[in-house]
Amino acid sequence: MEGTLNMLGYGVATIGPGIAVGLIFAAYINGVARQPEAQGRLQTIAILGFALAEALAIIGIALAFAL
Amino acid sequence: MIAANLIAAAGGSFTPPGPADFNLPPVFGEVTKPMILLTLSAVFIFVLTYAMARRAAIVPGRLQFAGEVVYGGVRNTIARDNIGSEHYMRFVPYLFSLFLFVLVNNYFGLIPLLQFPSFSRSGMAYGLALLSWLLYNGVGMWKHGFLGYLKHTCIPAGVSGLMLVIIVPLEFFSNILVRPVTLALRLFANMFAGHLLLILFALGGEYLLFEANASVMNIFGGVMSFVMFFGITVLELLVMFLQAYVFTLLTAMYVGGAVADEH
Repeated sequence: MEGTLNMLGYGVATIGPGIAVGLIFAAYINGVARQPEAQGRLQTIAILGFALAEALAIIGIALAFAL
Repeated sequence: MIAANLIAAAGGSFTPPGPADFNLPPVFGEVTKPMILLTLSAVFIFVLTYAMARRAAIVPGRLQFAGEVVYGGVRNTIARDNIGSEHYMRFVPYLFSLFLFVLVNNYFGLIPLLQFPSFSRSGMAYGLALLSWLLYNGVGMWKHGFLGYLKHTCIPAGVSGLMLVIIVPLEFFSNILVRPVTLALRLFANMFAGHLLLILFALGGEYLLFEANASVMNIFGGVMSFVMFFGITVLELLVMFLQAYVFTLLTAMYVGGAVADEH
């Protein structure tokens, strides 16, 4: 087996965004369950939050290959 | 994980696949497989949408109905909800083509013989994100003027005083510089990782079944590898659709943010 430690580090680094994405969708599901008619508006906010949280993981993968 | 342990235990000369497997040799001249796939997808989408719209009838046929479902979805849930009912119609053609283009190119990764998602090469994804970047910035400058757009996009409502010193560079960094990069890398990384997983399980299973010494553990690992291969394929079906949806949705949201009126 060969490879770089960067990839292990990247694996650890994705824990944060992973939890964040989970929390965002948990909140979204909760919101829709309480108020189904707000789904359209909540979906936009949830996807935006998901994109922002996932950006950290994406910056991570760029750095894992670059550094 | 099981497969990886078993491969180590088998002790043979298994070389795991890596990013180098995506550097396909050129088919002819300087032309590589992703380029051909991109062209093929454009032709395919043109023929498909042309056939859908050619005999547009009040009572739609099967093909027209399928086309209308996709078009209606993009127009109503992606464009209208995010851009607002005043401006959205002029962006629907771009968003609709974008969605179909990303979707078809992603599904090329699962179609036998083609079997290569074009956007698993980062250059292709960067090109597409550049288009969206030019669109939402251009639209914002058309709506607000150059300085007006910079003010609109860098200064959130209700921030004043010393906080501006911190907020303005952050907002500029996040909205102008990071957005296109994350847009491209999200699509690229998902396609790349999914395809790499498929290669890994296919090669690992093949190695364990046919090349490593035929112990019970190796055969079990090889079979499990192919079961995982099938599972990942089903997961990829979902992920590929989701990435096309997210790419289009985020483009629509960025455009919507750029054309929004002052708060």
